[in-house]
Amino acid sequence: MYVLIVGGGKVGWNLARELIDKGEEVTLIESDRRRYLVIEQELEHAVQYGDATELWVLERAGIQRADLVIAVTGDDEDNMLVCQVAKEKYLVERIIARVNNPRNLQHFKLLGIQPAVSATDLILRLIEHEVPRYGLVHLLALEEERLEIIELEVGSDAPAAGQTVAEVDLPEGALIISVLRNGGGFVPKADTVIEAGDEVLLVLDPGLEERVTPQFTTRG
Amino acid sequence: MFVLIVGAGRVGSAVAKAALTAGHEVSVLDEDPLSHERLDVGGEGTWEDRGGLFTVGTALEIDALLEAGIERADTFVAATDGDNTNIVIAQIAQRRFEVERVISRVMDPARAAWYSEQGLETISPTQHAIDMFRQALDLPELK
Repeated sequence: MYVLIVGGGKVGWNLARELIDKGEEVTLIESDRRRYLVIEQELEHAVQYGDATELWVLERAGIQRADLVIAVTGDDEDNMLVCQVAKEKYLVERIIARVNNPRNLQHFKLLGIQPAVSATDLILRLIEHEVPRYGLVHLLALEEERLEIIELEVGSDAPAAGQTVAEVDLPEGALIISVLRNGGGFVPKADTVIEAGDEVLLVLDPGLEERVTPQFTTRG
Repeated sequence: MFVLIVGAGRVGSAVAKAALTAGHEVSVLDEDPLSHERLDVGGEGTWEDRGGLFTVGTALEIDALLEAGIERADTFVAATDGDNTNIVIAQIAQRRFEVERVISRVMDPARAAWYSEQGLETISPTQHAIDMFRQALDLPELK
């Protein structure tokens, strides 16, 4: 099977790695030059540099013979259009798109892009019942992978309130993966500002809760 | 005619002003509140004084499109600075809101050509520039 993956973030790179390990033929397309050079050290010829919303970049990567196109960039419009072009222009049989903002899911459906996978949605589904109003909630413990997903409500004068995601003082092995605000959830970027009252989801190496929690709870 | 224009940059604001001058009802949607100033320039009073509508919001948010009046739009112009945004919102206008005439700006000539084959009216400033340079220098058309 020939698989084309668009977007060399954590999701795309790891997908590429896994699929290559399983013996599939993979090309990963990454549009950030520096990121591309990092990935290229490991994946070598299996990664290409370019903006995959441009047709010639897709053609250079051999989209005409792709069996599966997976669009997992951090930009929903990019993911939608890569998949639309793959399906309708190059007649790729199977596509998978990542939805970053769950509110955009309706647009993916409108354009016939399915399946469209939203991490926030998946996680929200897990927590939609019985989430206490504040405090730390263990949502998921992935024993084998040695990972935990927790949820915290940001206190009014917590250190993290008013900081961007990049500024929040987190230990290595902790990552903010989702912010729930005003009834909606989204995947934050490095420059997203955390607000008091937000609920944040983090993925952690086990045992880090005690170091992470103080950043999000009211001082005192 | 009711015209909804998304993106109040140089192109969007100029087209909006021309449409208003021509006597159409014009609504402009832009995520940057300051882009409103571009609409005020060059006329008597503010954009609203002249009868124009302006909404702050992101075009991918259905609520913003509704607030800007997409349901009664006869013409939809996608003129943000992002090709991908324009192509997506143009299709939302066309398929979901069934706006009669939808035109979008697509810088990338290759995709402008392909999407127009698919029934999406596109304008590619890049293609126009290429053609004009070509004509000015008397060069043959690229195949």
